[in-house]
Amino acid sequence: MEVRVQNIRKEFGRFPALNDVSLDIRSGELIALLGPSGSGKTTLLRLIAGLESPTEGTVFFGDEDASRKTVQQRNIGFVFQHYALFRHMTVLDNVSFGLTIRPADRRPSNAEIRRRAGELLDLVQLSGLEKRYPAQLSGGQRQRVALARAMAVEPNVLLLDEPFGALDAQVRKELRRWLREIHDRTGHTTVFVTHDQDEALELADRVVVMSKGKIEQIGTPDEIYDTPNSPFVFGFIGQSNMLPVRIENGQLLMGDQPVGVSAPGEADGAAHLYFRPHDIELLDGEGSISGTVVVTRRVAGTRHVELDIGATGTKVEIELPPEKFTSDRARIAFRPTRWKLFRT
Amino acid sequence: MSARTAPLWQFRQPSVLPGFGLALGVTLTWLVLIILIPLSGLAWRSSALGWATFLELATDQRTINALRISFGTALAAALVNVVFGVILAWVLVRYRFPGKRLVDAMVDLPFALPTAVAGIALTTLYAPNGWIGSLLSPLGIKIAFTPLGIVFALVFVGLPFVVRTVQPIMEEIDKEVEEAAATLGANRFQTIRRVLLPGLAPAVLTGFALAFARGVGEYGSVIFIAGNLPYVSEIAPLLIVIRLEEFNYPAATAIAAVMLMISFAMLLIINMIQAWSRRRYGYGA
Repeated sequence: MEVRVQNIRKEFGRFPALNDVSLDIRSGELIALLGPSGSGKTTLLRLIAGLESPTEGTVFFGDEDASRKTVQQRNIGFVFQHYALFRHMTVLDNVSFGLTIRPADRRPSNAEIRRRAGELLDLVQLSGLEKRYPAQLSGGQRQRVALARAMAVEPNVLLLDEPFGALDAQVRKELRRWLREIHDRTGHTTVFVTHDQDEALELADRVVVMSKGKIEQIGTPDEIYDTPNSPFVFGFIGQSNMLPVRIENGQLLMGDQPVGVSAPGEADGAAHLYFRPHDIELLDGEGSISGTVVVTRRVAGTRHVELDIGATGTKVEIELPPEKFTSDRARIAFRPTRWKLFRT
Repeated sequence: MSARTAPLWQFRQPSVLPGFGLALGVTLTWLVLIILIPLSGLAWRSSALGWATFLELATDQRTINALRISFGTALAAALVNVVFGVILAWVLVRYRFPGKRLVDAMVDLPFALPTAVAGIALTTLYAPNGWIGSLLSPLGIKIAFTPLGIVFALVFVGLPFVVRTVQPIMEEIDKEVEEAAATLGANRFQTIRRVLLPGLAPAVLTGFALAFARGVGEYGSVIFIAGNLPYVSEIAPLLIVIRLEEFNYPAATAIAAVMLMISFAMLLIINMIQAWSRRRYGYGA
C-alpha cells in the first residue's frame, strides 16, 4: 500500500524532533530511513505506525487519512530493534498472536491460523522451532520470529526499527540479504530505519537521508552516493574529504596552490571541495594537491594513505590500489577526478 | 607431550570470584545453626513419640481443625493479596500521582509494625461495635472473631510480600512488548491479560508463596482478631502454644511437625514450578 507523509511536524515538549517532513512511499517499495542518532528517523517511523501522534501534518495510507486512526486500526507490522517477543509464548504462539486476538467475526479458524503461522515460519526458515520459547533462540532467530509475527496480520505496511542493530556483523549481513529476498517474494511495502549506511545502500530501493529532524535527500542508492546534494549527505554517506578552497577565474586554489581542478562558470569566492578517497588520480608534477605521507593502512583490496597537505595542516585520506603505492614514497601528488563544490 | 595443568578432578572450577570456600562454609554453618538444628530437634522429638502416638495426636479433631483453619485462611489471604497486591504494584509502577512515595513506603509498614498492634487495630475496627464492624453487623456480616477475621489479619501481614516481589519485575517490563502487542491489533485489555500478566506469573507465584508461608506461621495479629474458639477459629500456632502451656509437649511437637511437613511440601512444589518456568521462559523471580 502507498504511504504518504505530508508536512509532518513532531515536538517532544519544546524540542522539535521532526520539522515539516514530507515523504511519498510507493506501493511495494523497500525504503530506508538513514541518519545519525537524533535525526528523527525513528520518530518518523513511529509516526507512520501510529505509536506517536504528530503535532502537525497528516499520514495517508492509500487515499485514506490514517492520522486519526489508532495503532490497532492501522494494521501495520512493526519490528523492534530488541525483538519485543512475548517471552512466555512459544514461537508459534508469538506468530499467531495477531490473528488469535481478532474479534470472532474477523478471526480465521484455529486450523487456518496454525496453517498460516506455519507458512510464515517456513518463509523465515524457522520451521521445526515452533515449540521453542524466545529464550531458547539466537538473536537472529528471534528477529526472524518478530518479522514473521509482524507479517502474520497481512499489514498495509511493514515497519522495521533498526531491525539488525542488536545482531553481530556476520548475522547482520546474512539477514540483510535474506530480508531483501523476503521482500521481493512477498512485495510488502517496507520502511526500515538504520544508521548503518552500508545496510541502507545495499538493501533499499530508495534511501531517505535525514538529519536534525529534516529530510536531506531522497534517492536511489546510486543517486545518494554519486550525487549527494548537501555537505551533510556527502560527509555522512561513504568516505569523503573536505578541503577549503578559493575560486578564481574558474580555477580552484588552495592557499596559492592550484588544486588541479577547474570549475568553469563558477563565481569567484570561497567554497568547500568534497571528493571521495577513491575518486583521485596520482600525478607527478605541479598544479595538484600534494602532501607527505603520514600513515598508510592496507584495508582489504586497497591501500589507505593519509596525507598531510602542508600549510593549512589539513589531512586527507586517499585510497590507492596496493600496487600503485610503494612504501618508499614519502610525497604524493594527486588530483580529484570526481568532486563537488559547496559554497560557504 | 603436554603437561596437564589441572588435576583430574576438582571440587569446583577455578574462578576469579574469590572466597568460594569461605562463603560456602559460612553459609552452611549459618543454615545449620539457625534452621537445621532447631528443625531437626523437632523431627527428633516427634520421632521419639512413636508412629502410633504421633498419628493419634496428629489426627485429633481439634488439631485437624486448627490446621485446616491455618492453611485455609493463609491460602485465602494469599489469593486476596495476589489480586490486590498486583493492582497496587501496577499503580505504583505505572502511574504518577501526588503522595506516591508515601503510598510506596506504607506498603512496607506490615513488615515493621508489631503484628500484635495490627491485630488489635483490626479487631477494634471490625469488631461488631467497631467503626466498620458496626456498619456490617446489621447486614449479618461478622468479621472479627471468625475465620474471616483471620483472613483479614493475614491479608494485612502478607501484602508487602506480593507487592515487593511483583513490583521490580513489573518495572522491567519492556515498553516495546506492549507496543508490539498494540501494533498487532491488541487492545489494552488483551495486552494486559494475554501479554503482561502471563509475563508476571513467576513473580506473582513467588509473592503468593511468601505471603502464604507468612500467613501459615502468623501468630501475633491473628490471636487478637480470631476469637480463638476451639474447632472454629483457633489457628495451629495458637494450639501449639496452648499445648505447651498444658505441658503437653508431645501434642505440641506433633502439630508442629505436621505444619512443617505441609509447609515444606508446598514451598517445594512452588519452587519446582518456578524452576520449571525459569528453564522454559529463561526468566523468573
